[in-house]
Amino acid sequence: MSFFMEVLIAGLLAGVMYSLVALGFVLIFKASGVLNYAQGTMALFAALSFVSFVEMGINFWVALLLTAIIMVILAFVVERVVLRPLVNQPLITLFMATIGLSFFLEGFAQALWGSQVHRLELGISDDPIFIGDIMVSQFDIFAGVTAAAMVAGLAFFFSKTKMGRALRAVADDHQAALSIGIPLRHIWVLVWVVAGFVAIVAGLLWGSRLGVQFALSLIILKAFPVLILGGFESIPGAIVGGLIIGSSEKLAEVYLGPYVGGGIENFFPYMLALAFLLIRPYGLFGEVHIERV
Amino acid sequence: MSDQANIILSVNNIEVIYDHVILVLKGVSLEVPEGEIVALLGANGAGKSTTLKAISNLLKAERGDTTKGSIEFQGTRVEKLNPAELVKMGVVQVMEGRHCFEHLTIEENLLTGAYTRKGGRKVINESLEMVYEYFPRLKQRRGTMAGFTSGGEQQMAAIGRALMANPTMILLDEPSMGLAPMLVEEIFEIVKKLNEQEGVSVLLAEQNTNIALAYSNYGYIMENGRVVMDGSAKELGENEDVKEFYLGMSSEGRKSFRDAKHYKRRKRWL
Repeated sequence: MSFFMEVLIAGLLAGVMYSLVALGFVLIFKASGVLNYAQGTMALFAALSFVSFVEMGINFWVALLLTAIIMVILAFVVERVVLRPLVNQPLITLFMATIGLSFFLEGFAQALWGSQVHRLELGISDDPIFIGDIMVSQFDIFAGVTAAAMVAGLAFFFSKTKMGRALRAVADDHQAALSIGIPLRHIWVLVWVVAGFVAIVAGLLWGSRLGVQFALSLIILKAFPVLILGGFESIPGAIVGGLIIGSSEKLAEVYLGPYVGGGIENFFPYMLALAFLLIRPYGLFGEVHIERV
Repeated sequence: MSDQANIILSVNNIEVIYDHVILVLKGVSLEVPEGEIVALLGANGAGKSTTLKAISNLLKAERGDTTKGSIEFQGTRVEKLNPAELVKMGVVQVMEGRHCFEHLTIEENLLTGAYTRKGGRKVINESLEMVYEYFPRLKQRRGTMAGFTSGGEQQMAAIGRALMANPTMILLDEPSMGLAPMLVEEIFEIVKKLNEQEGVSVLLAEQNTNIALAYSNYGYIMENGRVVMDGSAKELGENEDVKEFYLGMSSEGRKSFRDAKHYKRRKRWL
């Protein structure tokens, strides 16, 4: 039983890492209906910038601040160069634009910071500790706490602040938001800034686990089943979806893997997502379109 | 229209083109005196909504563009401003078909209306109380998600949301759409009260000629992207053509729909 618990907890904590990526997605999707394929590359770009600053000998916190500034600049540039010219275009066009953005960022990051793999030390040991007789990774616990804090912050931002309400309003109805004087451009910049900050957190945590390298941008692929499960518009959905994906893939690997020859961990989330699409296409917490007839 | 009244909004000979090719408004001019309700009447597709959107500058979001003419609000040219700047100046549009934020509660809907306001929580709460006073029904439903409220409540929320911006002028686009006659009357009563008590000027686009004329001071009738007739609400209500084409009456009393063909030929004023 304690083995089961260990696998479950390891899975849940791995799931938190998926949630971190999915969160950035949800933010931009909620506010603009755009599926931002570049979210993973943004995380990579943030982690790479941060690592490069640190390797230049810059203090940890200053490097973090500089990275944050870079993400803010990125948000402004994206709004000006990508989003503004594409206002009123079909969403699929915007989605493709973000794929382009993702490729651009990857190349730009290489041109700027080089293409070698960097090690990232956040100063959190990855040694396991024992709670009762269950072994848990300290690093995973740290990631879990960070994610929880971020979600609490975002939940407060969305439900209690004027800007948060405006973001949700824009997500619901662009036109009506315009009609009451919410400037869409500011909102878009804002949401890309917030998504950029989420990308920093995701990038640093993932980077310190896997090393900062270009495969990091592929974590985006693990975010998709999370989003399908949790619902594209829901912040709690991103968290719960991440937890379910993380724990189920680990449990499947340990308990089902031996019967099919192992390696099930890599594709199990997508199977789960596919099955979920058939039953609940809008996800666990996604917005069901309210339609009055 | 009395000559001494201050003209708060004047639209001079504007043309609107959608998608660079479709000419929708072909020279529309109108004026709204301060503190009055002016109705813009006409059938589907006459250009009423487009006129309102040209004023509030929401056209850009639909790939429309005002290519000729000028729009002045309180003496300032406004046709190049963005909607947010216009809201700050005091012109707010209530869009056709309500357009509430479905996944926000009624109260959150109202609060987003105060986005452009300065002056902090106190001022906003005062406005909120005022809106609740005009629409007591919204107070009862304040915690309900707007998407789950009735059409009438959504229309009230949309008007209330516009009021939260503390406007001097509201552009009201078809408030009667899809509502029961009794509700329509209730909403028009409230609009009239707002106009009288808060001094808000209203430009009202409406297909329901009967009720619009009953509550407005002056009216313009549009057809095919042009204003074809204007006059005080009373004059329009008594005009034979208006009676026949828009109020369904004629000198021989109510006419049957079967004879509609016969008026089509005659329906030409300019």
